[in-house]
Amino acid sequence: MPLGLNSLKKSIWVYHVACSPCNNCDIEILDLLTPRFDVERFGIVLVGSVRHADALLVTGMVNRQIKPRLQQLYLQAAKPCVVFAIGSCAVNGNFFRRSYNMAGPVDRVIKEVDPNAIIVYVPGCPPKPESMISGVVKAIGFLDNLKAKKK
Amino acid sequence: MAIFYYLIFPGFLFTVIVGLLTAWFDRKVTARVQWRKGPPILQNFYDVGKLLIKEVPIPETANKTIFLLAPAIALAAATLSASMLGVINMNWNYTFVGDLIVLWYIMSIPSIMIVVGASASGNPMSSVGASREMNQLIGYELPLVIAISTVVFKVGSLGLGDILAYQANNGPILYSISGVISCIVILICLQAKLGLVPFDIPEAETELGAGAFMEYSGAALGAFKLTKAILLYTSPIFIITLFWGGIQIKGLGILWAILKYILFIALFTLIRNTNPRLRIDQSVRFFWVTMTILAIIALILMSLGY
Ligand code: SF4
Repeated sequence: MPLGLNSLKKSIWVYHVACSPCNNCDIEILDLLTPRFDVERFGIVLVGSVRHADALLVTGMVNRQIKPRLQQLYLQAAKPCVVFAIGSCAVNGNFFRRSYNMAGPVDRVIKEVDPNAIIVYVPGCPPKPESMISGVVKAIGFLDNLKAKKK
Repeated sequence: MAIFYYLIFPGFLFTVIVGLLTAWFDRKVTARVQWRKGPPILQNFYDVGKLLIKEVPIPETANKTIFLLAPAIALAAATLSASMLGVINMNWNYTFVGDLIVLWYIMSIPSIMIVVGASASGNPMSSVGASREMNQLIGYELPLVIAISTVVFKVGSLGLGDILAYQANNGPILYSISGVISCIVILICLQAKLGLVPFDIPEAETELGAGAFMEYSGAALGAFKLTKAILLYTSPIFIITLFWGGIQIKGLGILWAILKYILFIALFTLIRNTNPRLRIDQSVRFFWVTMTILAIIALILMSLGY
């Protein structure tokens, strides 16, 4: 049985966290799972429980209400777990960045609880499904680096 | 020898490999039905391999021992059922009085362990999943046992070896009206036991997150995945043993056995892909009314000699 990071690369289970997005990014994520893009051929499956997740797909600017929830979700996920900041909102706040209820883009919120978190940025408003797939590919490249370092 | 049987050939190693490949077949056919390409052939091996390196966080509210023991017991029971069926199919003399009942009990242990593990996790979603699993168990066991008893009355013995010997002499039980009806009943009951789609109520993704498996992760979840894979292998073999003369592992028998196996897997997949999920009350009513009546009709037809 192929063990360890090798198989992690080929079977990424994603959990969708909507942190106050405008919902457009979420629609694009759902596009990703339709037969047209069919990410199951790469082993990517949407799961319903954060305990099963290998990757959190976070969309939206994170507002004050959702911030503790996002942090808690990240802590609950079984490590190793990669965080995908999907959409410009999640990457840097987009046009909400000066909003009164903005609690920081995703990376800052996550790094508050885990400074070593692996965060992948997929900018775009909304990003195309293709660019999300390329984000996943880059994350896999990162896992390769991790393995090389371990050796 | 018993350890070899249990761990290697008809037991753990063999069934895990065949079971995971079968689960891949199921996913691939589903993907093709939906005009997708589907996962690669080793996908389920990757899934399990990955789960082994993930950490296993234990929720604060959980009862740690029971929470971690449940998947292990489920896996052991599923393996035991698979090896029992395999050994008896290899050599009919290994049968003992009432092994059909033992097998039937062992095959329901995984479902009970899902209930136990889910209740031990202390998650509200899991407890809803657990109660649904329990309801469903009570639902499908009734028609299942009536359909099994059709075979038992026909053969006049509770031994799997005797059932196989009877079929070798008198032709498979499937080739009669009562046989066909009770085979269909058992097929649908096992679909519920496997938690495949019209009856995946306990882990209904869209309602309960992951239902009974909500708090499981890492190796514990992997054990449950392996249990499901082994049961996916055991169920068709169970039907074939009861109704279609079992599996012969010599000469052309292997080819014939594989064909029968694939036929039943395809039926499971077909039912799974053409039906929407039922509600729990609909499911229990379906089993207690429709399926039970069908099973009783089969029993009556059998006693009339059809
Ligand atoms: S990045 Fe654009 S599409 Fe995505 S949530 Fe923000 S505003 Fe909406």
